[in-house]
Parts: sequence; C-alpha cells; structure tokens
Amino acid sequence: MDADISVNTYNNAVPLLQLSHVSITPKKAPHRQLVKDVSFTIDAGKTTCVVGESGSGKSLTALSVMGLLSNQLQLSAGEIVFNDDSSGIQVLNQLSEIELQKIRGAKIAMIFQEPMTSLNPVLTVGYQIGESLTTHLGMKGNALEAKIASLLGMVGIPASRANSYPDELSGGQRQRVMIAMSIACEPRLLIADEPTTALDVTVQAQILKLLAELKSRMNMGMLFITHDFGVVADIADDVVVMFRGEIVESGSKAQVLGSPQHPYTQALLACVPDAEGKKALKPIDYAWLNEAESTQSMAQQNG
Amino acid sequence: MSEVILAANHLVKTYTQRSGRFGFGTSVVRALDDVSIQLRAGTTLAVVGESGSGKSTLARCLLQLQSLDSGEVLFEGQDLSKLDAPALRTVRKNLQMVFQDPFASLNPRMRVGELVGEGLLIHGLGSRAEQRQKVVAMLKRVGLSESDMQKYPHEFSGGQRQRIGIARALVLQPRVVVCDEPVSALDVSIQAQILLLLKELQQEMALSYIFISHDLRVVRHIADDIVVMHGGKVVEQGRVVEIYEQPQQAYTQNLLAAIPGHGRVNVERISNV
Repeated sequence: MDADISVNTYNNAVPLLQLSHVSITPKKAPHRQLVKDVSFTIDAGKTTCVVGESGSGKSLTALSVMGLLSNQLQLSAGEIVFNDDSSGIQVLNQLSEIELQKIRGAKIAMIFQEPMTSLNPVLTVGYQIGESLTTHLGMKGNALEAKIASLLGMVGIPASRANSYPDELSGGQRQRVMIAMSIACEPRLLIADEPTTALDVTVQAQILKLLAELKSRMNMGMLFITHDFGVVADIADDVVVMFRGEIVESGSKAQVLGSPQHPYTQALLACVPDAEGKKALKPIDYAWLNEAESTQSMAQQNG
Repeated sequence: MSEVILAANHLVKTYTQRSGRFGFGTSVVRALDDVSIQLRAGTTLAVVGESGSGKSTLARCLLQLQSLDSGEVLFEGQDLSKLDAPALRTVRKNLQMVFQDPFASLNPRMRVGELVGEGLLIHGLGSRAEQRQKVVAMLKRVGLSESDMQKYPHEFSGGQRQRIGIARALVLQPRVVVCDEPVSALDVSIQAQILLLLKELQQEMALSYIFISHDLRVVRHIADDIVVMHGGKVVEQGRVVEIYEQPQQAYTQNLLAAIPGHGRVNVERISNV
C-alpha cells in the first residue's frame, strides 16, 4: 500500500475514507488513550453514523480526519487514508498543514454542532459561504454571487438573505447556512457533527432530508455523528457504536439496530424512548461492563 | 384523579418589540394568545411545540415569574395573578420549577448543600439541623450522597446537575412542578434515568407535573395529557394516547410525522426476514 501512496494514484478498490487503528492521546499523557484503535471505512455515496454518549470520542475521531485536533492532542497511532478520484490516495495524518488546507473545505467539509456559535457574527452569511469558493476555486464577482445565490436556494433560503448577518436568521436557517458553506465546493466527504441536535423536530426533518438529497445528487460520502438513534434509523447506511474511546460494534444499519450483538448497544437502544410508547423505558445498564472486566481479569490470571 | 390542581384561563401575554428603520417603530408579539390549560392532580401535562411557540412563556406565566396581560391562573382555587408578593411567596412553596440547562441554572459559587437548602432557608422551614437532614435525604433520594453537599456544581456531570436541580425543586415538597425541557440537554442514556427518576418521585410525593418539551418521544413516555402549541395559541389538547393515535389538526400531524426514526420500522422488518 505504501507504494500506492508514493505514486498517488486513484484506486477503485480503496474506499473514500479509511481509518485504520487510529488512537488519539494527550501529548503530555501518551498512555491515556482517548480514542483507542478505531477502524472503519466510508464509501462514496454512503452515510456512516457514529453513535455514542458524550465523552465516547465521536467528535475527536471526526476532528482527527480533518486534522483539526487541538495542539495538546496527538494522533499516536494508525492512519487515515483519503481516496479521491482527482487527487488520488492521500494519507491525511502525514500531510503538512498547507496540503491539508487544500483539502479542507474543498474535498472534505465539516458541519459543526452549534449553528449559533460557529458562524462569524460580523460577516454576512453570503460572504461566509463565498469564502471557500474564493479560496479553493478562485471565484469572484458575478459568478461568485450567482453561485452563492444558487447554494442558498439549494438549502431553501431566499437568495436575498445573502446580505443578512447570522443574528438575523433563526437557528434552523443558520444551520442551513452552515450546510451551504460546507457543500459550496462540492466536497467528496462531508463530516457532520451533531448537525441537528440543537434544532426543532420539524426543522431537523427538513435538514436530514436535505442532506440525504445532496448525498445522492453529489455522490458524497458522509460521516454523521449523533447520539439520536431515531436519526440513525432515518439516514444511516452503516453504523459505528463507540464507548469510552473504543468501537464496541459496527456494521450495517439493519444489523446494528435490528439485532445488536454487543450488550452496550442493546442497553443504549433500550433507553431510547419510542413514539408509540409500546416499549418500557430502561435506564442504561453497565452490568455487562463488570462481567466483561471479570472475565478479562480471569483470562489474564489463567494466562 | 380528575381533580384539577392548576388551571389557567384565557392567558394573554404580549411582548413589545422595536422594529422598523432604526427601531423607531414598535410591533407587538402575542406570545400567549388566549391560552387555557388544566392540570389534573397527580398527573403530567406535557406542553409541546416548536421554539417560539410560547411554551416557556407559558411556564413562566404559570409561576408568575412574568406578569400576565390578562387571564387568571388558579392554584387550588386561588388566583395567583391577584396575589401580592408576600402571599405569592408562600404559595410558591407549592409551585416549583426544574430548569432546562443544568449548566446555567445552578449558581457556580454556591455549594450543593446551600443550593438545595436555599428554599428551606427562605421559607424558614425547620431548624438548621432539620434543614440539613431534609437536604441529605433529598440528595440521597435523587441518587447523590451526603458528601456531595460540600461540592460545587462544576464538579458534577450534566445528569448529576439535573439531579441537583430536581432535588432543589422537590425539597420543599411542592404540589406542582414545572419542568422546562429537563432532559433536552442530556445524553439519551442519561435522559432515561432522569425520566424514570421523575416518574418515581411523582408517585412517591403525589406530584403533578407540567412538562415542557419539544421531544415527542419523551412526552409519549412521561405524560398523561398533552397541549400542542403553535404561535402562542393552543392548537390541540387532550389525552396523550388519543392525540398520538389520531391527531386532529394538521399542525399536530406534521409534528408527529417529523419524529425521527420512522426508518426503523423497515429495519425491524428486514431483520425479521
């Protein structure tokens, strides 16, 4: 595979994004693994959902793909391979900052969690959408304005709002502006970090529908982080369940939601309320953790 | 069961907004537009709607945290909007609130013991020793320990903080508790724990809840009755079971159709094959 990377060629057999054995640790405490040996793949035109509780390492995993980890953290092991038909196979975690900047926004884009805080309050939304178009594609003038208008139209905001400031828009509209920004350069991979958590159900349904449409229209791969199993059931192709920095279960949506194998996935699914009210609500159960630990320690003793 | 403990009749609340060029003009927003609700003793009434529908304004007006333009709030036959401040304070012992954001609603400079015991202090209930005993008992009931009394809010996780908020509201043994989105800031695994805790406490202490939420899946599990609000008006109200099965209004139908997870039905079908 190293040979492939040096010649930088596109390979059909390699998926759009491949994380293999990724571990993330604080620089000052390399023995503390915040993300531990995480591997999964995303194919073009497919959505992989990463689910887990807060602190399970979902967001860190996403940030590591973009090379946006905080200075105090490091990718201690593993590699992140991005395979794109125009630029070929690239190992993201070995690229320099300048090379990464060419990919960010153009090939891989990200929608952040909070639409209220992730837009710049002193710039108009039109300017913010156009920024990546100017940087990556060198668009300007009337062409740029037309492109911004069409992007706003795509996410269902009237083009006249391009001159509005973020505080003049509602939460749902701001999130749609974030989506317009991220799809501006037609990225091959979209990373969405809980894009609908802060929104009303009706707006959430619109946004999910919009993302599904864009995904099929642009044959985009999507890494979708959420803790809402309802959302997973609606949009995922594959599901990865994380717990305390590790993947406990992964597979297709039908496998993971329909017949979960791992006790943590079962416990997590059991505490999701359903709209029909047929299921009794259960608090999350960590009993399996003690069992797993005791069998592990027994195995160690025997070994 | 059917005795009404808290009733609101024809509530109207308007906000005046600056508008127009340079804010010289004013426009009036009707946050509550002729809203009437009834809470039966020992049950949970859910108020659902999108943001901006007036749910939180309703909660604040019920507790008289905000003045009303017109209408009356009857608690055990007494009109709260006509009471003066000292009389209202006495009644408020029976009307408590659990707030939405467990990170913003606890004073960061107060210890948990002080936070939970503050209500007892204000209402002058019992001696210091008795107050302390009540606080400890309440903290234990919500799943915290006596040693937590000396800690500050930042030392707790989101779920634990919401437990502190619940302990603070319930230590006064209120009759009615208004919960304003108590679980929307929490992880789904913690959500279930808090919902079950609220349900258990309701049975033990004979509480009546007004439960404000935008998550219709949560409402289905906790509520007996439901009020659907849109644009300051009540669109539809009735028993939860009936409204979820046969929503009459188009707005309610849309809201129910927007619940994520309709895809799961198909998944279950696939896995059964």
